[in-house]
Amino acid sequence: MTTATAAVRTAFTDRKSNLRRILRNPGAAVGLVILALLLIGALLLPPLLGSPLLQNLDVRLSPPSAVHPLGTDQLGRDVLSRTMNGARLSLGLGVAVMLASFAIGSVIGLLAGLLSGWWDETLMRLTDIFLAFPSLILAMAISAALGPNLINVMIAVALVSWPTYARLIRAQVLALREREFIDAARALGGSPARIALRHLLPNSLAPLLVQASFDVGSAILTAAGLGFIGFGAQPPTPEWGAMVSETRNYISQAPWASSTPAIAILLTVLAFNLIGDGLRDVLDPRGR
Amino acid sequence: MVFVLWGVTVAAFVISHVVPADPAAAALGNNAREEQLQAFRMRNGLDRPMVVQYGVYMTRLFQGDLGTSLHTQSSIAADLRQFFPATLELTLVAVVFAVLIGLPLGMLAALRHNRPPDLLARVFALIGGATPVYWLAILALNVFHERLGWLPGPGRIDAYNLAPPVVTGLVTVDALLAHDPVVFVDALRHLVLPGLVLGAFSAALLTRMTRSAMLEVLSQDYIRTARAKGLPGTRVIWKHALRNASLPILTVLGSLFGSLLTGAVLTETIFSWPGIGGYATSSAVSLDFPAVMGVTLVAGLAYSVVNLLVDLLYVTFDPRISFS
Repeated sequence: MTTATAAVRTAFTDRKSNLRRILRNPGAAVGLVILALLLIGALLLPPLLGSPLLQNLDVRLSPPSAVHPLGTDQLGRDVLSRTMNGARLSLGLGVAVMLASFAIGSVIGLLAGLLSGWWDETLMRLTDIFLAFPSLILAMAISAALGPNLINVMIAVALVSWPTYARLIRAQVLALREREFIDAARALGGSPARIALRHLLPNSLAPLLVQASFDVGSAILTAAGLGFIGFGAQPPTPEWGAMVSETRNYISQAPWASSTPAIAILLTVLAFNLIGDGLRDVLDPRGR
Repeated sequence: MVFVLWGVTVAAFVISHVVPADPAAAALGNNAREEQLQAFRMRNGLDRPMVVQYGVYMTRLFQGDLGTSLHTQSSIAADLRQFFPATLELTLVAVVFAVLIGLPLGMLAALRHNRPPDLLARVFALIGGATPVYWLAILALNVFHERLGWLPGPGRIDAYNLAPPVVTGLVTVDALLAHDPVVFVDALRHLVLPGLVLGAFSAALLTRMTRSAMLEVLSQDYIRTARAKGLPGTRVIWKHALRNASLPILTVLGSLFGSLLTGAVLTETIFSWPGIGGYATSSAVSLDFPAVMGVTLVAGLAYSVVNLLVDLLYVTFDPRISFS
């Protein structure tokens, strides 16, 4: 009993010290601060700033001022309001896509690692096929076929980003499944599903978390790219990629209009990459 | 590799046929009558069962026929032959830029670990990996073309220059073959901005990988041995360190190809580059699935070939690896 409590306590403090280590990692700390600011901005600012769709042609392309802190675009819409509303869309999209591809990839990776043999071979070849697929072109085709909107962009991006998870988790399962605690779980009569979800998945989380952090960023980047070429959210939706595209012809007169959403994309992706780097430094035993 | 390519055809085919979209309506427009739509489907074999359509597609594919574009009604193979060289030329220039920037910067960062050059390289790698390529393209055009006038704008050559006769499709090479130095220089100058923009992301990733691979190698005992026995520093770095760090760097170069193609789609849009990216975009807009499949196949083939080359290069760089 005492040993068990001690073990639980070690695991707990371990988790706490991991958190502290992440916070002490300068890159990850910067990433977390950027992300926190973006989240606060996305949650609190939109109600205060007025509608992102409100046009006022009298003030079109006006530079940053007290009324419009980041200026206005070619239709006189407030750039800050649009960017912060766009943050809601992009952050939500990034996390949703990551969760979806995480789920698809985990199921396929777990199945491949557990079933081995023919199933493993088939599932991994399927993964290879999707890795060889030009992802943006596939996403473009899917989003064109289903109709260009944010939901379909999410489906398209999730469909092209799961293979990395499948590979990662399969490798983890292969390494873990011969370990004693899995034998023990099996000896206790744990069903394969229970062993997969309660034992293998939680113990494979470290590399997956790192990948997930990078993936939120890359999903946001891909989705914004699709939005830029017109396959994503349609105007007047304040989606970052679409905003850059709408305002690109005014870059000389009003650089703030296209640069603000672009810098928002940059900072968001940068934040998730920094957090991913930090997580890897802390969680990857080789890096310690 | 053959299996993966076959899988790509199946997956692309299935995906393009299960999506609830009507290519006939997309090609003929909203005002087309039902009989016209039916006639279009029959002419293009779209009314037959999916398995039969796939059979027909694969039979033609083995004869080098990628089918006919639903949108332009021209041969997709011919379309690809026309557009692919432009993308290839742009991508090659981007890779050259990426290697010229990423490799030395990554090495410098590793050799000056935790000092200003290292910091600079890390910031470059972070920013470069997070910047939307299309914004970079818009900025680059605005600054270096419109404001400073240092470099030409969109397109492959200036409008007043005559394109050289097409031999390879790479304008620079064709210009050389036609002994036309003016067009050659013009084409090169047109390649600089889109090449740099497209190569920036790859350069960032390469910097990062080179840095970490070199750092790992530089801490090895054999490097200390090499230094201890009095080998000159450059020899240790180039022959002992870089060569041992080359495998992860090569792997990254191979995997970069996918992101280069993605970047090419976006870069080509802004630089009006008549490449495969623009072709893919317009094909996707018009739900021209045979054309999208053609692009997908070519991209899949290119990806596989590049990774095969990387595998083969492993042997050159690391004699311990052999393929029996």
